[in-house]
Amino acid sequence: MGHHDLHQAELPPLAIQFPRSDGSRVPYEVFSSPAIYEREQERIYRGPTWNFVALDVEISQPGDFKSTYVGDTPVVVTRTPDGSLAAWVNRCAHRGAKLCTLPRGNATSHACLYHQWNFDSRGNLTGIPFRRGQKQMAGMPPDFDMKAHGLQKLRVDSYGGLIFASFSDTVAALPDYIGNEMRPWIDRIMHKPIVYLGCTRQFVNANWKLYFENVKDPYHASLLHLFHTTFNILRVGMKARSLPDAGHGLHSIITATRIEDDNSSAAYTAQDIRSMNEGFHLEDESVLGYVHEYEEATTNHIQSIFPQLVLQQIHNSLVARQLLPKAPDQFELVFHFFGYADDTPELRELRIKQANLVGPAGYISMEDGYATELVQRGSLREGKSSSVLDMGLSQPDQQDTLITESLIRRFWTGYQALMAL
Amino acid sequence: MTPLDQMLLWFELYSLQERYISVLDNDQLEAWPELFTADGHYEIVPKENADAGLPMGIIYCNNQGMMRDRILSTREANLYEPQTYRHLVSGLIITPTDQGMVKMSANYVVIRTNQEGDSIIYQAGRYEDQVINTAEGWRYRSKRAIYDTLRVPTLMAIPV
Repeated sequence: MGHHDLHQAELPPLAIQFPRSDGSRVPYEVFSSPAIYEREQERIYRGPTWNFVALDVEISQPGDFKSTYVGDTPVVVTRTPDGSLAAWVNRCAHRGAKLCTLPRGNATSHACLYHQWNFDSRGNLTGIPFRRGQKQMAGMPPDFDMKAHGLQKLRVDSYGGLIFASFSDTVAALPDYIGNEMRPWIDRIMHKPIVYLGCTRQFVNANWKLYFENVKDPYHASLLHLFHTTFNILRVGMKARSLPDAGHGLHSIITATRIEDDNSSAAYTAQDIRSMNEGFHLEDESVLGYVHEYEEATTNHIQSIFPQLVLQQIHNSLVARQLLPKAPDQFELVFHFFGYADDTPELRELRIKQANLVGPAGYISMEDGYATELVQRGSLREGKSSSVLDMGLSQPDQQDTLITESLIRRFWTGYQALMAL
Repeated sequence: MTPLDQMLLWFELYSLQERYISVLDNDQLEAWPELFTADGHYEIVPKENADAGLPMGIIYCNNQGMMRDRILSTREANLYEPQTYRHLVSGLIITPTDQGMVKMSANYVVIRTNQEGDSIIYQAGRYEDQVINTAEGWRYRSKRAIYDTLRVPTLMAIPV
């Protein structure tokens, strides 16, 4: 997807100015403006994007469904009787009631509880009570067209076991949208059958873009998250990557990899983690164990696929994080945990144990939500002021580093194009 | 077991539970792991996963050392807004088993107050516990906090 794919109808200008064109200055009002939030719903979530909604394995059987969101629009994603995927806005075509009221389940049809209008798992209208009236009383008009009154449907497709939905008829095919630079990194994680292990949720009083900046910000990792430092856990010889996609720059991948690895060794254990003799120590270092599962011994893989997905591998913890905007100053994160179908019991136990590292109580992540809230609070009355994103600015092509804000700058230039700002 | 024995047992376990919430609510976090056996388990899981038989939660410790690590990290490593918990616990049900272990369940609500004095209902849920009598008294061999409040507000720094 190149910039030309981002073109949409012209919009009246918002009185919001980005002081520079390179994404290095971001006016704080984009994190609190209701007008910006409204435009995002139209131009991003209902615009030419693919939005992560579920893992394939969450709705593996015909009739399985899951209630979720594209932006702040409630949608339902389903597995139809022939095994294909469907998605529709969760709003009855009759009078607008929320149709599906369950978070997940299995059903071959969905009836609105208000007047029992009935829809199949593809969102087609299949039944209307008293359609032909009763006892000579008129029902629906004779020319009422059932086909024209289905649910509002979204395009839906999956890549590597990740399901995405789109409101757009013009968005590129999903593999092209993900792009040549990003696909190999998804393939790396999703290279064999997975098992869904449950989800956890976190609600943060901050704008969703502050979290998107956070997952494109390798600079903060060792400064905000002091777990490794406090416990004297040396991370020697890390090789780093900070790569954007080559098109709009809205997707990215950050990795950290041990370079002294012997790829032939089957498993890394906690013994690999060397601690110094002073200061604090973990009694049980198994939480930082690492079983070698991939060609490259990457301990951190943080990949954002704009606008709703962050695919994560931290040690042996595997998560698809769904990022959902709720209001200008609120977002929700849904952490979809998974393992591989061929996990040994020990490896499965390690994945459960390493949930301690990530999420709202994560040793190396709990600060992220708090940090975004601090920005939200600190900048609320400073809408015309801007953040400063200059780290690594003089060497924009340097990608083998974690001390850079280049991915955030790329995000903002892509965002401006998409939002016509 | 006579009705009087049952009543005494209930009061002993109620006291354990009161001790448990007291150390968490009054900044005696280092005493929290000591209420477990050395091989004790502690986990916090959302109700939606527990009901679906899915294992994932937000904190998981399978020995007392991991619990001490959690408290040390809370004290020394992690950054979060200073805060206070108040636990309200009700509905304690005890079920003795043949092996000397007693199963316990109870409801809990945690009210969290930040440094500006704002209090929120932070988490509602239930405890599913297994306790055994040791030389030091009753201790948790397993404690699962299964929470109804699925969207964790901002972060969790202190166990519930």
